[in-house]
Amino acid sequence: MDKKDNLKSLNLSDGIYKTRLSRKFENRKPYKPANPNIIISFIPGTVLDILVKEGDKVEKGEELMILDAMKMQNKLKSSIQGKIKKVFVTKGEKVSKGTVLLEIE
Amino acid sequence: MALDNKLRELQEKREKALLGGGEQAIEKQKAMGKRTARERIMALLDEGSFNEYDLFVEHDARDFDMDKKSLPSDGVIIGSGTIYGAPVAIFAQDFTVAGGSLGLMHSRKITKIMDHALKMRMPLIGINDSGGARIQEGVNSLAGYGEIFFRNTLSSGVIPQLSVILGPCAGGAVYSPALTDFVFVVDNISKMFITGPEVIKTVLGEEISMEDLGGARVHSEITGNAHFFSLSEDECFEQIKKLITFIPWNNSRKARMFEPSEPKPEYVIDKIVPEDPTLPYDVKDVIRAIVDNSDFFEIQELYAKNIVIGFGRMGGRTIGFVANQPLEMAGVLDVDSSDKAARFIRYCDAFNIPIITFVDLPGYLPGVDQEHAGVIRHGAKVLYAYSEATVPKLTVILRKAYGGGYIAMASRHLRADFVFAWPTAEIAVMGPEGAANIIFRKEIMSSDDPDGMRKKKVQEYKEKFANPYVAASRGYVDAVIEPGETRKILMHSLEVSEHKEITTPIKKHGIPPF
Repeated sequence: MDKKDNLKSLNLSDGIYKTRLSRKFENRKPYKPANPNIIISFIPGTVLDILVKEGDKVEKGEELMILDAMKMQNKLKSSIQGKIKKVFVTKGEKVSKGTVLLEIE
Repeated sequence: MALDNKLRELQEKREKALLGGGEQAIEKQKAMGKRTARERIMALLDEGSFNEYDLFVEHDARDFDMDKKSLPSDGVIIGSGTIYGAPVAIFAQDFTVAGGSLGLMHSRKITKIMDHALKMRMPLIGINDSGGARIQEGVNSLAGYGEIFFRNTLSSGVIPQLSVILGPCAGGAVYSPALTDFVFVVDNISKMFITGPEVIKTVLGEEISMEDLGGARVHSEITGNAHFFSLSEDECFEQIKKLITFIPWNNSRKARMFEPSEPKPEYVIDKIVPEDPTLPYDVKDVIRAIVDNSDFFEIQELYAKNIVIGFGRMGGRTIGFVANQPLEMAGVLDVDSSDKAARFIRYCDAFNIPIITFVDLPGYLPGVDQEHAGVIRHGAKVLYAYSEATVPKLTVILRKAYGGGYIAMASRHLRADFVFAWPTAEIAVMGPEGAANIIFRKEIMSSDDPDGMRKKKVQEYKEKFANPYVAASRGYVDAVIEPGETRKILMHSLEVSEHKEITTPIKKHGIPPF
């Protein structure tokens, strides 16, 4: 490959550099702040039990769901007070990492 | 007559053991594009130099009917020999015998040759090709791994340790290579992972091939676990042989001297680096322009390409090179490049190899991912490694050396023995744009023409500070030199550093930001 191939611009605070970019840099995901209203699975696993249903009022710290993963039963608790807007999964369902499990309003 | 019989008995025993796992297993091994363990040793070592030990060792397992099974040499070959005359101890796992699985006697053979290498202060080469623990031997197999890891650690920094991955190397077994100095992998043959595709599928429901999970390319480009990538076993062995010529046999010696030679004329040192600090060039050309015969032996060529590390010779003497690479990611320091450089600096320091650093970097890579990946801790490794190193440290600032990047890259302040700068060097607290914006903020904001004012102030700052002379006026740079003088001046500096001696506080060991 010629050395001048694939040159792109990289804007660093003190100038715009002509350079190649690494795959890791080009594929990086932009940061998104965590949303306490959306409960997502932090690990792949199986939904062992759902302890709330749509319309339920929940307190901060209340248990919402049990996710079985890596031979552990993980209790998912609400980090806010609110009402269950929607449950996206059913009991026994296998979920991958990052799946939206339920939404609180 | 009686002696003849005894000799015949020895020959017969040898012949049987030399067949390893038998013809069928050997055929299978070849079908995978792999050599047998013994062929590998012969291909790597000087002809006729190999002396084998423990050929007649057998396993000692009793459970699961293992006592009825014979495993020739217990699946691993050990011995010593030479590479270009340098003594090396070697072990090679034999996949044709029980999949190269590691049982107690197998591990004892490996630890025997490891002890031997450490005692005799010679490099150790381990060829890994094993299905993993021999399950039938239970906890004895785990004990075997532990004994190997312990010795890898004990030998670290005393004798060079090379790991060659020529087959699977999975589970706990990967930690032996991980503890050694250099890991060699071959495309489509090497596989390394802690948990394999099957476990990942069962536990996480994610499907991935062995190659994509822990193949040679993955470890060369993504994880950085491997240092040398090749397309065939032949190419891999050439890399090992070449590396052996660059490194000393142990930490109380220096690398062998070679006949000095001049760099090749096609690398014209003053035509490589563009003056504009935002334009790229290949820093390897600068290295090639100053090393003997323009022969630069790069390490981790495919990983964190924004920093370049490797060996070359000057005046026949091995030198370790560390250089920012403006061609890749503008040469920034980040998590991966810091890890890569710091480890190499420590390698050179442990084995009495002088370090030459070429500096041209805009600083650290900004980003949430970098900060969250711990760029503070990882970046600190570079500071630690350079500060700790007591081998001769020579630094040449080619162009940009801004901010924290300037300090980190073997600056005077981390006790570089010699710091030189080219006239194109810009040694400053930050790039002119950023500095002017901060220092002259009020003037720029209150101006009728802020953009014009900014440009004017940036230009002013550039003229005053973006040069090597401010640093030179404080003695942070020993000399501003012409590119064409670089080799001559570095050779002289190396010569006067030959007997460098400094004292550091007595300690058991430091606490580097691992």
